[in-house]
Amino acid sequence: MFPILEAKWLAPKVRWITVAAPRVATKHLPGHFVIVRVSEHGERIPLTIADSDSASGTITLVVQVLGATTQQLCALKEGQAILDVVGPLGKATEMKNFGHVVLVGGGVGTAVIHPQAKALKNCGNYVSAVIGGRSQSYVILESELRSICDAVYPCTDDGSYGYHGFVTGKLGELIADQQQPVHAVITAGPVPMMRAIANLTREHHLHTIASLNPIMVDGTGMCGGCRVTIAGQTQFACVDGPEFDAHQVDFTELADRLSAYRPQEQLSWQQLQNLNHECRLNQLK
Amino acid sequence: MKPAERMKILRQHMPEQDAEQRSHNFEEVNYGLAGTAASMEAQRCLRCKQAKCIEGCPVGVDIPGFVEALAEDDLKKAADILLDANVLPAVTGRVCPQETQCEVQCIRGGKSEPLAIGYLERFVADWARENYQQKFTPPPPSGKRIAVVGAGPAGLTCAGELAKRGHAVTIYEALHRPGGVLLYGIPEFRLPKAIVDQEVNNLRKMGVQIICNVVIGATYTISDLLTAEGFQAVFIANGAGLPVFQGIPGEQLKGVYSANEYLTRVNLMGAFRFPDCDTPVIKSTQVAVVGGGNVAMDSVRTARRLGADPATLIYRRSRQEMPARVEEVKHAEEEGIVLELLCNPIEILGTTDGWVRGVRCQRMALGEPDASGRRRPEPIPGSEFEIPCQVFIEAIGTRANPLLTQSTPELNLNKWGNIVIDENNMTSMPGVFAGGDIVRGAATVILAMGDGKNSALSIHQFLSNK
Ligand SMILES: Cc1cc2nc3c(=O)[nH]c(=O)nc-3n(C[C@H](O)[C@H](O)[C@H](O)COP(=O)(O)OP(=O)(O)OC[C@H]3O[C@@H](n4cnc5c(N)ncnc54)[C@H](O)[C@@H]3O)c2cc1C
Ligand SMILES: Cc1cc2nc3c(=O)[nH]c(=O)nc-3n(C[C@H](O)[C@H](O)[C@H](O)COP(=O)(O)OP(=O)(O)OC[C@H]3O[C@@H](n4cnc5c(N)ncnc54)[C@H](O)[C@@H]3O)c2cc1C
Ligand code: SF4
Ligand code: SF4
Ligand code: FES
Repeated sequence: MFPILEAKWLAPKVRWITVAAPRVATKHLPGHFVIVRVSEHGERIPLTIADSDSASGTITLVVQVLGATTQQLCALKEGQAILDVVGPLGKATEMKNFGHVVLVGGGVGTAVIHPQAKALKNCGNYVSAVIGGRSQSYVILESELRSICDAVYPCTDDGSYGYHGFVTGKLGELIADQQQPVHAVITAGPVPMMRAIANLTREHHLHTIASLNPIMVDGTGMCGGCRVTIAGQTQFACVDGPEFDAHQVDFTELADRLSAYRPQEQLSWQQLQNLNHECRLNQLK
Repeated sequence: MKPAERMKILRQHMPEQDAEQRSHNFEEVNYGLAGTAASMEAQRCLRCKQAKCIEGCPVGVDIPGFVEALAEDDLKKAADILLDANVLPAVTGRVCPQETQCEVQCIRGGKSEPLAIGYLERFVADWARENYQQKFTPPPPSGKRIAVVGAGPAGLTCAGELAKRGHAVTIYEALHRPGGVLLYGIPEFRLPKAIVDQEVNNLRKMGVQIICNVVIGATYTISDLLTAEGFQAVFIANGAGLPVFQGIPGEQLKGVYSANEYLTRVNLMGAFRFPDCDTPVIKSTQVAVVGGGNVAMDSVRTARRLGADPATLIYRRSRQEMPARVEEVKHAEEEGIVLELLCNPIEILGTTDGWVRGVRCQRMALGEPDASGRRRPEPIPGSEFEIPCQVFIEAIGTRANPLLTQSTPELNLNKWGNIVIDENNMTSMPGVFAGGDIVRGAATVILAMGDGKNSALSIHQFLSNK
């Protein structure tokens, strides 16, 4: 069991969970993820390690409620525990002095770029972060990133805060800025966003890394369920990635494979809502 | 009883669940021999002085010894003899390929049928599981600590043998439950998971510590284990769990699985109980599986139980060359599995929205023998045809998973990525031993157990000399 030391809402349906996992915390590098199982009959799901502290032996997860498993996980409170946490998995982000790196995070993707920002800063980079959300309340980790990065640009789809428009729009502006030329881009977020970023930076021949999020089971290269196509070659995202050269990724295929279990996911979700409903009825009695 | 009388007794049959009924459930196929049948079968053994059968068993079970005790109705003694050599008899009695191991060596095999060693082993082991706890007096602690990587049959056996010698053993397992392929690969209807759990618990009672959710190569390296974690020796038994894909067009379609993924979802994650278990698996009316070994057989029979009709097995050679256990092939056919022999998939066909709709195959003919001694299958020109299916499973083999070895460059590997060991099962790193599938490539449960046992002896020796 992995006890939860802190749990709070960062944005609607986005939860910050700090959990004791000393073995993982010691070995964590930016880019790593864990696989988590919430309950005895639960699914194994991958989550990026958003932060870690080896001294206190904790790691932080930033989780968005999407379906049954993330809902169960986000219902856990301080003092409760996660059944299984295994990691750190995946390859760590390539760390070097690129010059000016722009990190682009969409939604919970911002949690992926958070540890990268710290490490890239330590390598001597000039680090900008472009972080997007639907509206102001969906922009997460802004103050954390401000304390690390040289510049942070929040963007909202509805213009309620920061830059009005998609993260690609802001990134386009940064690329165009001759004062502070961009040397590399790292992005994490929804597939359509990463695809749009890749298309944009391809035109400018900008080195771009995307953090992919296919469906996983074991996370150790044993099942092949997480396979993605990179430059026409099959790769297992859990061990060969999850970060790849964004210009080589087949995003259409990735998006398509993510939909493989949609009917079952809806069934699970429905079952959980019924269950929660019953529990609440029982409480009323 | 005189040998001549023994010779007259016919081999007992294994009672099994009705084929039609079992093709719709996950309950065990074989029921096990009844007591009278087991005694009768035990009488068939000739108690040979130079028992050839023992040579066929990688862990050297004293077969005439335990069978004689069984014939004399001394089940306790039979269990003690069996457990002395084999820590997982309820498992091996069910899954050993006896026809190529112990039974093929049985002297009775020539004239009639060999002794049903597997059935008897299972009988004694099942009796012991329910009625008998072998006495275990912990030996004085040696003060030595050993780490075992992987809780499959090799790791579990090695841990048990080391514990018997007073060593403190910690097993690190990557998944959330111990058992290895016994748990995530071999299905419930062949090997109930309760049996694996019970065997694992017996080890815990012997003082073996099992820590799940630790990936060696990621959470700790082998060097961490030998330095910071303070172990004096390590046994690597992480199996050969890297799925091989055929590399044919269409493998990214939704509905294409490796056997590892399909079986893991169903067995380890309980997808056959979905939505009571949260992990889903795609169910479809037509499923095709490519391969001819136990893994392919388990996949296709699993698909059948999830409702596939037809569930088709595609294999590029003929039935004789199939590496699967004879019993599995027989059971599969009884359950209505369609066998497409001398047939090879060349392309997976998809719908416009990315789902599998079928597989294009080629008929094959057998040519000259290849390196493996089996006749090489060659395509027949112009023989292409389609098999409709919505789920396609590839069960053509597994290789060594590089996750651990990549993080440990000190380990010598062969060209397939398997760890190279010396005659004492030691790797190129002093104090680090290895066995099971990571050394042999995909093999069998009992060979992995044999390696675990031999390695334990070598480790004991190594530590005593230190
Ligand atoms: C390496 C990696 C790191 C990740 N890091 C994070 C993270 O830090 N925080 C976080 O909230 N999520 C992260 N994810 C995504 C997370 O694993 C999924 O959101 C989760 O598995 C959904 O489970 P569920 O049962 O709640 O939803 P489901 O019922 O499985 O799915 C609900 C919806 O989510 C979509 N979905 C399913 N799996 C994924 C997926 N892997 N990625 C995106 N959408 C998916 C489905 O298509 C469906 O529409 C990461 C994924 C990967 C592969
Ligand atoms: C579907 C299927 C059916 C089979 N049927 C039969 C049969 O009927 N009869 C038979 O004799 N054989 C059968 N086999 C083969 C047999 O199961 C294997 O040969 C045997 O299990 C090998 O044992 P092992 O201990 O070497 O490895 P495994 O059983 O593979 O166990 C390895 C363990 O190590 C863990 N691990 C892997 N990497 C790491 C790491 N880095 N850190 C920590 N832990 C790790 C794994 O999760 C696993 O639990 C079958 C195999 C499969 C896949
Ligand atoms: S362990 Fe396997 S090979 Fe050995 S006697 Fe038992 S069934 Fe035969
Ligand atoms: S060879 Fe056959 S008959 Fe002889 S001891 Fe072994 S099992 Fe019995
Ligand atoms: S998740 Fe199973 S191989 Fe990547």
